[in-house]
Amino acid sequence: MADTDTTPGAPSALTAEDRLALYRWMRLTRTLEERLVALYRQTKVVGGLFRSLGQEGCAVGSAYALQRTDAMSPLIRNLGSMLVKGATPLEVLRQYMAKGDSPTRGRELNIHFGDVQDRHFVGQISHLGDMVPVMAGITLTFRLRGEARVGLVYVGDGATSTGAFHEGVNFAAVQRCPLVVVVENNGYAYSTPTAQQCAAERLADKGAGYGIPGVRVDGNDVLAMHAVTAEAVARARAGGGPTLIEAMTFRRKGHAEHDNQSYVTAEEIAHWAETNDPIDRYVARLTGEFGVAAADLEAIDAAVAVEVDEATDLAEASPPCDGPDALVGVYAEPARMPGLWYRGDASRAVTEHERPASWGTHDG
Amino acid sequence: MAEVTLLEAIREALAEEMERDPAVVLLGEDIGRYGGAFKATDGLLDRFGPARVIDTPISEAGIVGAAAGMAHYGMRPVVEMQFIDFISCAYDMLTNYVATARYRAFLPCPIVVRGPSGGYVRGGPFHSQNPEAAFLHTPGLKIAYPCTVADAKGMLKAAIRDEDPVLFFEHKYLYRRIKAELPGPDEVVPLGRARVAREGTDLTIVTYAATVWKALEAAEELAASDGLSVEVLDLRSLLPLDDEAIMASVRKTNRVLLVHEDTVTGGIAGELTARINERCFEWLDAPVRRVAAHDVPLPYAPPLEDFVLPQTSDIVRACRWLAAY
Repeated sequence: MADTDTTPGAPSALTAEDRLALYRWMRLTRTLEERLVALYRQTKVVGGLFRSLGQEGCAVGSAYALQRTDAMSPLIRNLGSMLVKGATPLEVLRQYMAKGDSPTRGRELNIHFGDVQDRHFVGQISHLGDMVPVMAGITLTFRLRGEARVGLVYVGDGATSTGAFHEGVNFAAVQRCPLVVVVENNGYAYSTPTAQQCAAERLADKGAGYGIPGVRVDGNDVLAMHAVTAEAVARARAGGGPTLIEAMTFRRKGHAEHDNQSYVTAEEIAHWAETNDPIDRYVARLTGEFGVAAADLEAIDAAVAVEVDEATDLAEASPPCDGPDALVGVYAEPARMPGLWYRGDASRAVTEHERPASWGTHDG
Repeated sequence: MAEVTLLEAIREALAEEMERDPAVVLLGEDIGRYGGAFKATDGLLDRFGPARVIDTPISEAGIVGAAAGMAHYGMRPVVEMQFIDFISCAYDMLTNYVATARYRAFLPCPIVVRGPSGGYVRGGPFHSQNPEAAFLHTPGLKIAYPCTVADAKGMLKAAIRDEDPVLFFEHKYLYRRIKAELPGPDEVVPLGRARVAREGTDLTIVTYAATVWKALEAAEELAASDGLSVEVLDLRSLLPLDDEAIMASVRKTNRVLLVHEDTVTGGIAGELTARINERCFEWLDAPVRRVAAHDVPLPYAPPLEDFVLPQTSDIVRACRWLAAY
C-alpha cells in the first residue's frame, strides 16, 4: 500500500487555524483512546474496545470537510470523525462505561450513538454495510427537499463485500444522492487481509461499476484526506452525485482490544508506526512546511490531556443504569407491556443478587 | 478422558466429521488462519488445508447461497456466522432458497449454519441475539440449540450428517464455562430428541440453551428450600420439537413452566403452550406459564441486561407460584 498510487487531491483551502484544529482533533482522538485502554484494563469499560490507532488522519481529515448540518455515519474506527462532528469525550467515555447518562442510556456500546437533531451523525449498527443505504435515504431526502446538505458514510474494506453496500451505493448513484462514500482500507477486516476480501486491486475502481467517480487517497495524510473529501463534498453539494473514496491506511491494533493481531507481522506494524503515523507525519509538515512552533503543538497536547482528564472524572462519577429503564423507548408511544408476572415488585432482587463479579465480554 | 469445553467439543465434532467425510467443508469469516472469532475452527486450516477451510469475504447471503450450491452437488458445507446476529443478513437465502429447495425443486440442501448465540455477556443488541424463533416459522429448516458438551458434539455431528439444512446455535456464554468429559469418540446425538436434564415429580421446566443451567440452579434451590421436586427438560432441538418427551413430562408433573432467553412475544414458548393445551389440557393442574426476556432489543449495560433477561431467581419465583396454584 504505497503512497505513490494515490490521488493527491485539490489544493487545500485550509487556514492556519484549520490546520491546528485538524491536529487537535487527531490528538484528542488518540489521547481519548489511550484513556479508554487504561479504563478497559481497569475493567471499567464493560464491552469490547475498538482502536483507530494510525487511522486518525483518515477519520479527522474527511469529517472536517463537512458542515455541521451535513449528515455523517461513522464506523467503529471513526471516533475522530465523531469528535469533529461534535461528539464529546464525556459522551464517549460514558458510553463505553455503560453509564446511566450515556447517550444511549446503556442500550448500546462504544461509539454506537447518534444525534440527528443538531450535530448530525447517525447511530450505526454492527451489521456492516447497512449504513450505506440508510445514508442514501438521508441524502435523497436532502436532495428532494432542495437542501444544500450532503452526507458522508464510512465503511471499511470488509463492508464492500456486503450486499447492503452494493445496493446502497447503486441506489445513491442512480438517484444522484449527495453522498460521499469513504472506504477506509486499513488492510484487514478482523483477520482477513483485503486481498482475500476483494479480488480488485483498487477498491476505488468499484466506483466505475456504479457510474460514479472513484478516487484513492493516502488516508494517513490528513491534508490530502481533507482535500479529496472536500472535493467530493463540493461535487455532491452541487448536484454531481456520489463519490467513492478509497482511503489507504493501516490498522495498527487488533480488531478489538482482545485481539492480539497475530495475523500481522510485528515488523509490518512497527514499519507503519515508525514511517507512516498520521500524527507524526502531520507534525513534521506543520513544524516544517507551515512553520508552526513545536511549543504551540505541545500546548494543544496539554489542553487535550486536561480535557480528557476532566471528562474521565465526570464519566466515572456518572451513575450506573437503572434496570427497569431497559423497558423504556422501544416505541414512540409506550407499549402497554405487561409486567413480568413472576417478578412482582421483586425486580431489585435480580439486579442486586444476580450479578456475578466477572461475566467476561462478548469477544469471548 | 480429559474434560473439554463446549467450544472444544464443537471443534472436535467439526474435525472428526471432516476426517470421516471428505465432502465436509467449512466456510466463514476469519475461520482459517485466525481460527474464528471464538477459535471454534482453530487449527483446522493447518490440518485440512484451504480447500476445506474456506475463508470468505463478509457476505453472509453469499456464503449461505454458495453453501447451498455446493450441497446440491454433493458437498456438506458447514457455514460459520461470526456472531449468530449476522444470520439475519442471510435470512432471504435461508428462508426463500435453502428451506424450500427440497420441496419445490427436489434439491438436496444438507448444509449446517452454526454460530455463537445468546446474551448474558454484555455484548449489546448486535452480539447477543437469539434469533431461533425467526426460523421456527420456516418449514424446511431444522434448528438445534444444545447446552451440554456431549450434545454440542453429538448433535453437530448429526446436523452435518443430516440430509436437510440445520441451523445450529451455540450459546457463547457456555462456550468456555461448561466443561465435561465426552462419552466416546463418535457419539452421535440424534436431532429432534429432548433430554431430561433433571428428574422431578412436582413440576416441569421446559427450556433450552443457557437457561437450562439456570433452571437446574433453580431446581436445586427449590429442592433445598421448598422441598419441591422439579423436572428440567432440555429441548435441545427446536425444529422438530420432541412432543412426546414434552407431553410425557407434563403428564407426569401436571405443572409446567416454559423458560427461554429469547423475547417473550413470538418466542418458542408460545408454540409450546399451544401444543400442551392441545394435547395435555386435562392433565394440567395449573396454567402453563412463561419466563422469558422482556420485549426489548437486548441492551448493553449490566443492570439493563440483567433486568431484561430471565434470571435464576425469576425461575424460582415462577416455580413457587405454579406449585402453590
